[in-house]
Amino acid sequence: MGYPQIFAAVLAVSVVLFIVSCIRRFRLVALGKPEDRLSHVWTRVGNMLLFAFGQKRVVARPFGLNHFVIFWCFLVLAVANADFVIAGLNTQWGIAAWLPTSISGPIFGLFDLVSLLTLVVIGIAIARRLFFPPDYIEARSKDAFVILTMIALLMVAFFGSHAAENAPHLGFQTGFNYLPPMPVSNAIAHLLVGLPEATIHVLATGFWWAHAIILLAFLNYLPFSKHMHILAAIPNCFFKRLGRANTLPTETFEVGAEYGVGRVDRFTWKDLFDSYSCTECGRCTDVCPAFRTGKPLNPREVVHDIKVNLLANGERIAAGQQPGLALIGPHAEGTIAEDTIWSCTSCGACMEVCPVFIEQMPKILQLRRTLVEEEARFPEEVITFFENMEQRGNPWGIAPSERTKWCAHIEAKPFSDETEYLFFVGCAGAFDARNKQVSLAVAAILDAAGISWGILGKDEMCCGDSLRRLGNEYAFDRMVRHNIELFRRRGVVKIITQCPHCFSTLKNDYRQFGIELDVIHHTELIQRLIAEGRLPVNAAAIGRVVFHDSCYLGRHNGIYDAPRAVIRAATGQAPAEMARHRENSFCCGAGGGRMWMEEHLGTRINIARVHEALETRPDTICVSCPYCLTMFEDGLKDVDADPRVGVKDIAEVVAAALPAQAGEEAKA
Amino acid sequence: MLVVACIKQVPDTTQVSIDPVTNTLIREGVPFIMNPYDTHALEEALRLKDRYGFRVAAISMGPPNAEVTLRKALAAGADEVVLLSDRAFGGADTLATSQVLSAAITRLNEREEVAVVLCGKQTIDGDTAQVGPGIATRLGYTQLTLVDQIQHLDLAARRVRVRRKLEGRHEIVEAPMPAVLTVVREINRPRYPTVPMRLAAEQAEIPVWSNAVMTIAPETIGLKGSPTKVNRIFSPERDKGEILGDGAHDPDGAAELLIARLMSKDLLPL
Repeated sequence: MGYPQIFAAVLAVSVVLFIVSCIRRFRLVALGKPEDRLSHVWTRVGNMLLFAFGQKRVVARPFGLNHFVIFWCFLVLAVANADFVIAGLNTQWGIAAWLPTSISGPIFGLFDLVSLLTLVVIGIAIARRLFFPPDYIEARSKDAFVILTMIALLMVAFFGSHAAENAPHLGFQTGFNYLPPMPVSNAIAHLLVGLPEATIHVLATGFWWAHAIILLAFLNYLPFSKHMHILAAIPNCFFKRLGRANTLPTETFEVGAEYGVGRVDRFTWKDLFDSYSCTECGRCTDVCPAFRTGKPLNPREVVHDIKVNLLANGERIAAGQQPGLALIGPHAEGTIAEDTIWSCTSCGACMEVCPVFIEQMPKILQLRRTLVEEEARFPEEVITFFENMEQRGNPWGIAPSERTKWCAHIEAKPFSDETEYLFFVGCAGAFDARNKQVSLAVAAILDAAGISWGILGKDEMCCGDSLRRLGNEYAFDRMVRHNIELFRRRGVVKIITQCPHCFSTLKNDYRQFGIELDVIHHTELIQRLIAEGRLPVNAAAIGRVVFHDSCYLGRHNGIYDAPRAVIRAATGQAPAEMARHRENSFCCGAGGGRMWMEEHLGTRINIARVHEALETRPDTICVSCPYCLTMFEDGLKDVDADPRVGVKDIAEVVAAALPAQAGEEAKA
Repeated sequence: MLVVACIKQVPDTTQVSIDPVTNTLIREGVPFIMNPYDTHALEEALRLKDRYGFRVAAISMGPPNAEVTLRKALAAGADEVVLLSDRAFGGADTLATSQVLSAAITRLNEREEVAVVLCGKQTIDGDTAQVGPGIATRLGYTQLTLVDQIQHLDLAARRVRVRRKLEGRHEIVEAPMPAVLTVVREINRPRYPTVPMRLAAEQAEIPVWSNAVMTIAPETIGLKGSPTKVNRIFSPERDKGEILGDGAHDPDGAAELLIARLMSKDLLPL
């Protein structure tokens, strides 16, 4: 379209600007601490293909299909625009010049149709934001409209320039009249027929330059907007964690060391890269129990604040200066409030839905570490929990000698060489009046199946789960080392827990301290025993049972089928399901140490979940976690529910279905 | 100026049981903690440091392992700690204990003027509440017990104003310094130590003052200096209560019986 020298100059400036912006921004990621995200390259390539190019998680939500189409249109149009740029520098280098028309024709036809498709899906995206925005995102952000408008205009310019270019070839002139098969552009071209040649030429040139300028403007807008995800999201799927983010890194305690993250460069490079990958879709916000009950935590905003903080402080930190914008403090863009940090239940729902595998939860828990370990700042009720844990090895501060009270009337052997499994009763199972009944049910089941088990009695100590989630890694570290020493001394290898928190902590967190334990939660053990025919159960209908997935059994450890199979075996029918179940289960509100904290802000999480459970009209709400049991029982009382609706641990449901002989023991 | 917090390492009494045969405390395997009231005394000392810029010294009389408790004081923010430990101090009653603590405070005062001495109102193992007042008497300092608020220190006039928590009332008292204050739990919420402070405390040298250093007259300290003799420790028999009425089936009737009984014993003022 002429003026290739001018275009070359404009292009050079734009590309240099774009590269400089990108380098300036992505260079800051290197300020983060090291973290290995390069092992198992081929698995990572597979993840990238599945989640970035296949958009597996994006399409998991109804509107994700629209994004899937936009994404693939973009890939096709990336080729179209590359050709546009190359041909703009020299027409002889363009596809049209060196490919036979039998090949270049269909290619341009594809570009044409894809551009129309793009215009349609962009139109849908704009309409969605204007007329039916979801309640969980600031969908009407300026950023979104700027980008969508730019893309739409780019398509318009594409059609305009091709229509003007093709109009003279519409068969009314003599000579060579090749018309590329571009249905949309050609249809528009028909409208131009009859205009003077000079006008058509001006239109062609005008649209061509409009296309060029919008394209280069778009390129240079990207690094400064949330659409930076176009650059970061694909690699972020490659760098995604291969396991589950159900632990935190350990810390080294030595004079001069730093704890947690109090400054943005103390995150790992991957944490920082995560913040660049976020496109602010708001799915994490949508599923966050804290956000959904009016608490000042929005996981998307936490990630956004990290990005803003990095961009604000990065250059100064790189130059060895102190940051100007605080990472933790009264909320402002780029600063995360303490109330935000303490609102997290560590349920992991945010990480489960993020289409690009941003890990919100570990970042929040790292912020807690700094508050607790470096500044001793936390909600005041937590100090009692910390002191009880450190002085008496359990959250309530009850004397360890009381750990065996739950089994005063049954035979519970001390764990020794003669017993196979350690039944790690857990603090709730040993001290909480209601949960002691669950411990008895588990014991009855183990006996009915002829399992050889023993307990540590007063020597058992809390696993430390809440300490770690509350950011007190120092106390957690000491507790773990004490417990590991005890396990080694007593020869503990196989452990049964009745609490998903004990289960996940002993299984996943303790491994970081150099001990491999064979840990099983009672749900899975029962399922295995039933499947192997070792546990006799007489399916007994107990009405409608709805099952609530605990976060630490479900999302954090992927156990969804076992509890459902067990309920089916014990009650003769599959459990009813709440609207949010399995991967999408909604937290009871007690995880992440929230069990030991007051819930002053917003409405109560357990009440929200209780209402959801009651919608299924259950006779029994079945849980698999002591925290969930407490939260549901409290919640049912608070909403004044029908007193006939009961909450039972899955072990109690099974114990009630044991044949009479075994049932005797359960009752005892 | 110096604030001195007197702290004691005690067995965690919630974990102490009494041997039913010998009627003595079973201390084996029972962990030691800082006397809970003393954690409030230490915290108040640290708050005076924050308010007036004093230095805080924490002292404790006890066996060598009491240094664990002094490390906790360091971790919380005490500027210095001293362990008063000597076989000659052993077996002390409250009189002999206050002798040793007073001598230590006198030594500290020679180096840096002591403004206030803070003690918990009592310990959870001895429960006498005598050591604080004993120190005040030995040193001739003002004695202010059961303090739940330090309202003001007038350093120029050398006067202190505190609020005392008494049965059903508060008493605001102004008195000359130096003063010994014994504090109740309501006075504050003790702080939680940061990890860097803990690590520093773990590695600190804990100075130990034996009687070779302190040179207190041997007949005034330890068992020899203790006129109190404990004859026996035992758990009191408790009378079993009586179940009135049938609360499960007739709660109203049971409640009426209970009210009548309480009124007959003059336990329910109307």
